[in-house]
Amino acid sequence: MENSPLFKCGHTACAGCGQAVAARLVIEASGANTIIANSTGCLEVFSTKYPETAWGVPWIHSLFENSAAVASGIEAALIYLGKKDTTNVIAQGGDGSTGDIGLQAISGMLERGHDILYVCYDNEAYMNTGVQRSGLTPFDTNTTTSPAGGLSSGNLRPKKPVPEICAAHGIPYVATASAGFPQDLTRKVKKAISIKGPKYIQVHVPCPLGWRHESNQMLPVAKMAVETGLYPLFEYEFGVLSARKQIAPKPVEEYLKMQGRFKHLLNNPTEIKKVQDVADNNIKKYNLKLEAQAPGV
Amino acid sequence: MKEFLEGSHAIAEIVKSCQPGVISAYPITPQTHIVEDLAQMVSSGELKSQFVNVESEHSAASVVLGGSATGVRVYTATSSQGLFYMQEVVFNIAGMRLPVVMTCANRAISAPINIWNDQQDSISLRDAGWFQIYAEDNQEAVDFHLIAYRLAEDKRVLLPVMVCMDGFILTHGMETVDMPEQDKVNKFLPSYKPLYKLDTADPMSMGLLADPDYYMETRFAIQETMRESIGYLSEISKEFNNVFGRDYKDLLVEEYQVKDAEKVIVAMGSVCGTIKEVVDEQRAKGKKVGLLRIISYRPFPYARIYEALKDVPKVAVLDKSVSLGAYAPIAVEIKSTFFGKKKGPKVISSFVGGLGGRDITLETIHEVFRRLTVKEVNFDFVDLKPELLKEEYGE
Amino acid sequence: MFGPLTVKPKNSKGDKTGSWRTLLRPHYLHKNCIACKMCLMICPEGCVSGKEKNAFSVDYTFCKGCGLCADICPKKDITMISEESKSEES
Repeated sequence: MENSPLFKCGHTACAGCGQAVAARLVIEASGANTIIANSTGCLEVFSTKYPETAWGVPWIHSLFENSAAVASGIEAALIYLGKKDTTNVIAQGGDGSTGDIGLQAISGMLERGHDILYVCYDNEAYMNTGVQRSGLTPFDTNTTTSPAGGLSSGNLRPKKPVPEICAAHGIPYVATASAGFPQDLTRKVKKAISIKGPKYIQVHVPCPLGWRHESNQMLPVAKMAVETGLYPLFEYEFGVLSARKQIAPKPVEEYLKMQGRFKHLLNNPTEIKKVQDVADNNIKKYNLKLEAQAPGV
Repeated sequence: MKEFLEGSHAIAEIVKSCQPGVISAYPITPQTHIVEDLAQMVSSGELKSQFVNVESEHSAASVVLGGSATGVRVYTATSSQGLFYMQEVVFNIAGMRLPVVMTCANRAISAPINIWNDQQDSISLRDAGWFQIYAEDNQEAVDFHLIAYRLAEDKRVLLPVMVCMDGFILTHGMETVDMPEQDKVNKFLPSYKPLYKLDTADPMSMGLLADPDYYMETRFAIQETMRESIGYLSEISKEFNNVFGRDYKDLLVEEYQVKDAEKVIVAMGSVCGTIKEVVDEQRAKGKKVGLLRIISYRPFPYARIYEALKDVPKVAVLDKSVSLGAYAPIAVEIKSTFFGKKKGPKVISSFVGGLGGRDITLETIHEVFRRLTVKEVNFDFVDLKPELLKEEYGE
Repeated sequence: MFGPLTVKPKNSKGDKTGSWRTLLRPHYLHKNCIACKMCLMICPEGCVSGKEKNAFSVDYTFCKGCGLCADICPKKDITMISEESKSEES
């Protein structure tokens, strides 16, 4: 990794940015024979400000919602040139550009069956524009457009189930991952790259600035999201759940108290119970609970 | 070889001859026949191209953007609402200096929804940094696609080109067209050699963030390239004439009986065919009238128009679009051609007609010539139906 | 004519952290390191390099002082010290 970096240092991400960690792991797992189509967002802005670029692979940014479509064009051109078999194509973007404004383009890309890996860096809000609420912002989160106040406990809608939406397209591989589990992320990217057809990986990436935690807390926060059941790690293959990371569930309050964006919930047992219900539903739905006799994971 | 065929089919044939590597389009009347034909050609093996059926025009333009960035010749076609939906990608493609060629089957803009011809769609995107050339008939529509690729991919240019043809009138009209043979196309149009592309052998980043210290020069460069291209258009037209024997002169305008005319109409697109008939009719009666047809709308050929019209006393501009709340687009550019100059028409009258596909007939053109007098018409619609208008909203 | 358009990675030198580092910087003790490479993997900047045990180091030109390397080290062989303290890695 240190000899020919594909995501060089010198970019302008915040200290401790989960997305920078994940983006580097993704491209290193995919390798030098990769072309990336990137959406507008934090990653694009901090990695390619003219005249600097952090990318050691061919990379293109077009607009906010079209990285899946641009990648489709790249893939088609590579097939025409006879180079697709030796080149990986990755389309990547944040949760807003993926699940909201870019959902149409992704759905089209998945439906057409392009050989492209789509990676969504999920920091659960429109971070680059100032922490506004997106469709993937979790329930009861404080963001600038879903602020907690006298009449509201934050974002009143559940998190949009984008991995399930992608799995419903029947594509070969869908997975969720986390920057708190870097080796798992690397494994999943390598697995996805080895499959021909459309793939989707959603990576949970803490944002110290937007989530309001210290820059050195990225790993504990990311891990806790998984360990409470609020961010289940699973894999779908051809629309069927094929694997999940089992946990010994911790109460959601352990996760909420680590971040300033949930501060307004800490004195509110009614709302905490609602968030716990979200976690419990995930645990039930994906069968996340470790059997008592099973050895430690 | 001369063929009698539908305009759309002729376009599909010429695009096939240009052999794009990636084709992507979304269906919209009246462009559908072009893309259907291309799909048929790909499926039969006649055309070895990747045909990507997208879920929207925004994605169609994005697919060809990605394909062109990967160093491959591309093609798309759209119209009206589709063009507007892909607008931000259209600006993106020009800003990224990618030689995309697109057919715009000119159609009116919603609302109200209307599928018939006017030029509001492409004219509304005149700021984008794309070349815009307008065909009068299907022969030109075909020839201009060849010229478009040649121009776009020129190493001195590398800007996208929109070939505009009036929807239904040209796309669905059957005309005799001399279809260029493949060997001549190969002679005129070399294969595309990109200056920059996405290639793992030589990685680069495209579409970076340019802050105030860097942005303005990218726009200046496009403006400058368009200015220089006025000369390249003549060059390419000469090459085209050498290979195919059709002379488009400078590819900027066509002067039809303008030389000694006292009254000239300026117009663009298929309506010029009708205007030429009226000009012939009136000339036969001894009236000194003419037509100045605009071929290249972007870059706008100010100097050439000045040269053509400086001694013409009365000019009427017939626009098939309107900038609501202000002016007719071509009329204003004609007027600005002469501002501050020593010579020029005493009268430049502005007329808007044909919107939403309302037929511009021989009688309409006679009417325009009649209304072109010493008393300038600052702005008016022609062929309006006052019985459809009410002062107040009511049943 | 062309304006600013593309950038090749070999021509990009990157932006130096300078005085933008957090108030801390990582200090590698080089005592109990097992060369697990987790610090190299987790660094958001990618400015940690090394191969052998007790031979990993940080490029302070680009380190932002986030502290993830210290947090992930299984042997607690990396500590975060304040920027002012004197250190041989300056």
